[in-house]
Amino acid sequence: MTAQRVISRERGLDESDYKWGFVIDIESDTAPRGLSEDTVRFISAKKGEPDWMLEWRLKAYRHWVKMDKGEPAWANVHYPPIDYQDIIYYAAPTSKADGPKSLDEVDPELVTAFNKLGIPIEEQKKLSGVAIDAVLDSVSVATTYKEALEKHGVIFCSFTEAVQEHPELIKKYLGSVVPYTDNFFATLNSAVFSDGSFAYIPKGVRCPLELMTYFRINQADSGQFERTLIVAEEGSYVSYLEGCTAPSRKTHQLHAAVVELVALDNAQIKYSTLQNWFPGDKEGRGGVYNFVTKRGKAQGVNSKISWTQVETGSAITWKYPSVILQGDNSVGEFYSVALVNNHQQADTGTKMTHIGKNTRSTIIAKGISAGQANGTYRGLVKIMPSATNARNFTQCDSLLIGDKCGAHTVPYIEVRNSTAKMEHEATTSKVSEDQLFYLQQRGIGVEDAHHMIINGFCRGIFKELPFEFASEASQLLKVSLEGAVG
Amino acid sequence: MSNIMLNVRNLHASIGDIGILRGVDLTVNAGEVHAIMGPNGSGKSTLANVLAGRPDYTVTRGEVLFEGRDLRAMEPEVRAREGIFLAFQYPIELPGVRSWQFFKSAVDAVRTHRGEEEMSIRAFDRMLQEKMQLVEIDPELTKRSVNEGFSGGEKKRNEILQMALLEPKLAILDETDSGLDIDALRIVANGVNQLKRPSNAIVLVTHYQRILNYITPDFVHVLLDGRIARSGGRDLALELEEKGYDWIRETVEAGAQPGS
Repeated sequence: MTAQRVISRERGLDESDYKWGFVIDIESDTAPRGLSEDTVRFISAKKGEPDWMLEWRLKAYRHWVKMDKGEPAWANVHYPPIDYQDIIYYAAPTSKADGPKSLDEVDPELVTAFNKLGIPIEEQKKLSGVAIDAVLDSVSVATTYKEALEKHGVIFCSFTEAVQEHPELIKKYLGSVVPYTDNFFATLNSAVFSDGSFAYIPKGVRCPLELMTYFRINQADSGQFERTLIVAEEGSYVSYLEGCTAPSRKTHQLHAAVVELVALDNAQIKYSTLQNWFPGDKEGRGGVYNFVTKRGKAQGVNSKISWTQVETGSAITWKYPSVILQGDNSVGEFYSVALVNNHQQADTGTKMTHIGKNTRSTIIAKGISAGQANGTYRGLVKIMPSATNARNFTQCDSLLIGDKCGAHTVPYIEVRNSTAKMEHEATTSKVSEDQLFYLQQRGIGVEDAHHMIINGFCRGIFKELPFEFASEASQLLKVSLEGAVG
Repeated sequence: MSNIMLNVRNLHASIGDIGILRGVDLTVNAGEVHAIMGPNGSGKSTLANVLAGRPDYTVTRGEVLFEGRDLRAMEPEVRAREGIFLAFQYPIELPGVRSWQFFKSAVDAVRTHRGEEEMSIRAFDRMLQEKMQLVEIDPELTKRSVNEGFSGGEKKRNEILQMALLEPKLAILDETDSGLDIDALRIVANGVNQLKRPSNAIVLVTHYQRILNYITPDFVHVLLDGRIARSGGRDLALELEEKGYDWIRETVEAGAQPGS
């Protein structure tokens, strides 16, 4: 029911306005700096993984080493080269390296820390209606409401646990949507992914709770490489939320996650993200490099996958939650608000690949740029020859605040079936002086006036979010724009 | 005890380098209705906007006192909270901003400024229902985004609705009558009349004497080239209607004292 406390705390800030910037003081078990086959083996051994899992990681690692082109260069983001040998690939709170057996075993320090983040994981304070998997650095530290979910046959656990407990499902679906060869960052993730969430909704079950994963980077110089896999069996439904924060640090941190969704016949997955990784300070120092591959496969007939994202954090965001519309009559949706302020850069959008007949996709992307930041929408709508009567509607709106920021829209449309119907709308506007004065003349201060206009601009997206998340998203925009207006 | 609400002395204002107001004097007391008339470009809307604090306008000389306090030192939102309301000539569309939310935020901003509690949702809804009847506005409109897709008449009525909700001390109506058909004009005028109190004042900026058939002004001022060229009572408006603004211009140029 309520996830809103994720952002409504005021503690632990340093000189920046980022309110989640504190460091959790907890001992950590870390891998040696740098990346080699040994690192991959180290991570796998730490998790006590079966051989097949290690082999898969090693295949990915060996492929990654051969990717001599390095990182994708086409995105409209600029940053100094990343030294992949200077990153710590595994960090786990020592007390629970193998994960707590029950919530009572969770380190009290961690409980306090997550409470500080507004994520109650103690038994008695659990958020009603939301099952949470809390991931700190490389490991999942707690999952709430497991038993309640089990009654419905829903599996919701850490990825590590899933590898042990549900190997047949992992073997079947891991890499089935994002293969380990997919792209530089996804391949890296496949080699070194540490933890993440796994959710499985059995046939015909409407998941009774919202599932939520809360990700937190804590350790300095560590990367976070989580992996999430959600499988919705025939006729099932699940709504999944993720939230993310990180401490304020002067150095950049790498976050390269992979999310795979599979929806079978008549299944629906609704995936919502509030991304609030540390964006760096006002001068652009520090901040998370957020290079994420998210893709869903609407595999079955009449299946539906919806991505809703509110992206306000990270120094750099490179992210294109996509849908492969394979099943006939399947539906893909992408609703996005991406806000950049100060020196943030975001290149984000989606890919809709229509394969099945009568497939429909909707893309609504809202970009807000302030300060000296640059935001880019990049999207591909691809209609394959088999996709008879495919439809797409795309709307990209950009809002500029101030005169030093930029908004860019790069839509690609590729149609190979003449029955396709495509619509594309795009606008770019500024918060107008007239609108501000109108609101001020009604007694509303400049900052609140901006907030109201921006909320109005994002309204179509916020209504796609679960109710409690929507008010949080609105607050998040407000906090992220502090100092940009007025 | 003085009941002077607004005291404008020798007001000069410009947009960029262009001087528009060139020495306006105007005194408005509580309980009065003033009509400001004048031809296009005479500075009527500028005067309305300067009083509300629109940022594009610069006051270059003179003073403006509202209840004895210097308005120039107040941000537009503070003026609004203090009780100055401007009904816009061209009400602004706010895409995605729910009218209900907008109205409530405005009402709460004024209340908070006065040290009062924000209104409960229920009390606000009740008040909104009541005020909507006053301006005969379709309740559906308040469920939509502010002014988005409204007709010209609906926008104007929406302004009067906001005036009714905010109960300002000084309401400035900037050509609220233009573009209204006769029914809408009657409704708007009726709304304004019902909001008249001994404790508040209304400044009507208008081209036409038509609205003055419905709202009876205590004073009529004719603005010409950025100055008030003549002030009078209700009859002045009728005389203007008959003789046109050139008649004033001629008398001014002939050396008659402005504001006689």
